[in-house]
Amino acid sequence: MVFVKPLVQVILGLQVSNREKLPPAGPAIIVANHNSHLDTLVLMSLFPALQLAHIRTVANANYFLSNPWLAWFATRIIGAIPIQKGSGLGSHNALNDVVNALRDQNIVILYPEGTRGEPEKLEPFKRGVAVLTTVISGVPVYPVYMHGLGKALPKGEKLLVPFICNVLIGDPIDRICTNGSKLMRELQEEMEQLASKGNFPEWS
Amino acid sequence: MNAYFPPGLLPVLAGNFSVLVIATGIIRGLRNHLSNMGYTELVQRVRSWWIIFGIFTFAIVTDKVLFLLLMTLISYLAFKEFVSMVPVRRADRKLLLLLYLSIPIQYTWIWFQWYGMFLVFIPVVLFLLLQVGMILGRETRGYLRAGATLYWGMMISVFSLSHLGYLMVLPQEQGTHAYGACLVIYIVLLTQINDVAQYLWGKTLGHTKIIPEISPNKTWAGFLGGIFTTSAISMVISPALTPFGTITALIAGLLIGITGFFGDLSISAIKRELCMKNTGDLIPGHGGILDRVDSLTFTAPLFFHCFYLYTFISG
Repeated sequence: MVFVKPLVQVILGLQVSNREKLPPAGPAIIVANHNSHLDTLVLMSLFPALQLAHIRTVANANYFLSNPWLAWFATRIIGAIPIQKGSGLGSHNALNDVVNALRDQNIVILYPEGTRGEPEKLEPFKRGVAVLTTVISGVPVYPVYMHGLGKALPKGEKLLVPFICNVLIGDPIDRICTNGSKLMRELQEEMEQLASKGNFPEWS
Repeated sequence: MNAYFPPGLLPVLAGNFSVLVIATGIIRGLRNHLSNMGYTELVQRVRSWWIIFGIFTFAIVTDKVLFLLLMTLISYLAFKEFVSMVPVRRADRKLLLLLYLSIPIQYTWIWFQWYGMFLVFIPVVLFLLLQVGMILGRETRGYLRAGATLYWGMMISVFSLSHLGYLMVLPQEQGTHAYGACLVIYIVLLTQINDVAQYLWGKTLGHTKIIPEISPNKTWAGFLGGIFTTSAISMVISPALTPFGTITALIAGLLIGITGFFGDLSISAIKRELCMKNTGDLIPGHGGILDRVDSLTFTAPLFFHCFYLYTFISG
């Protein structure tokens, strides 16, 4: 993973605003929009090399465990927690793995849109994050909005085209939250606000 | 390594070095007179100048190939910044890869010193290829705007800037001491001096805005002061770096001062249209790479062709 950093910097190039708002240590949840396979690589490259072992993400098991190379890369190199599609975070086993990762002081990246959707469009959030925060209350949730990776490597494309990626980091929601749907609404609003701050060029 | 180290290079580089030392000293001294934010930005800006000076000098005195590689990287970063800030169509993704690929190709012609190909590759070959690519993309929505935007981006970030590369490999003319490295230092240094001088004259004496619709910060005092400073310094350093006499050095200084101003404003106009302050944040205290090379996109090709004509006439 250490090699990823310079590659991300030269091939893509990152423009990060409010980098200092990132969590210095776990447990924390990072909630990001999902446009591309590059999303996780870029989010991980934001953290210092020594912290990388403590950054986890969840991955769609149907896709990532379908091929042994991909499975090795996802679980060994990225440190992804596989989740069966359809079971969502609501399913007992999947939730357990994520809860354990958080209890072990990890930072967990989640994509509440559920899947990489249409490039550069924000889809409605699924409720997994809310379920998670009610199970372990008090874990801060950091909204992060990324722009550009859906252009560089959108769903269904094989060729990577260099584009600069903008990363906007929002304020964490860290109070104990018992109302799941309220939390999701706040997250979605914060995300839309971050997106509108960016003044991003048209992509059609 | 170069077989020779041009004799004029050392005093000019030493002069540039001393200016940076003095600038660093002045900013340290001004610490208590500036707001915290203003101070941080100035410190960042001068630190970036040190880094630019270091990388550029190293590449120029080491080897021509290293300089061409550096220019390839600069063109790549500039083009990437450009396509990331303008509207782009999804249908043009593959075409963009072709455009990226043409950057090392353009610098390869320069490396071979294939002058004709260097001149026609982007304005003719790529201009037509771009249209073929767009036709094969089968998307007519936004066709003209997309094509014009991409062509424009290639012209400023690759074609214009690649003239610095060709200047570097120009064969030395008999009887003159026009070493490529000296000419590159001459044009880059004067263009950057012009930017800084325009900024300093504008900050200290400027009040009448020259063209507020494009850039609210440009003043008549900055414009005229910049041209004056650039021409004066051109006359001082040209004996060390160029074959020019005093009058030619003055004309070259005027040319750099005036055209550099328009290069700067050309990028400003785009930023205005797109409602952005900087083209990026690659160079702390300066903004993006296009913010830094904006004037060079005008001065480099113009100086190159004027110089070519000059050696042809005098030669």
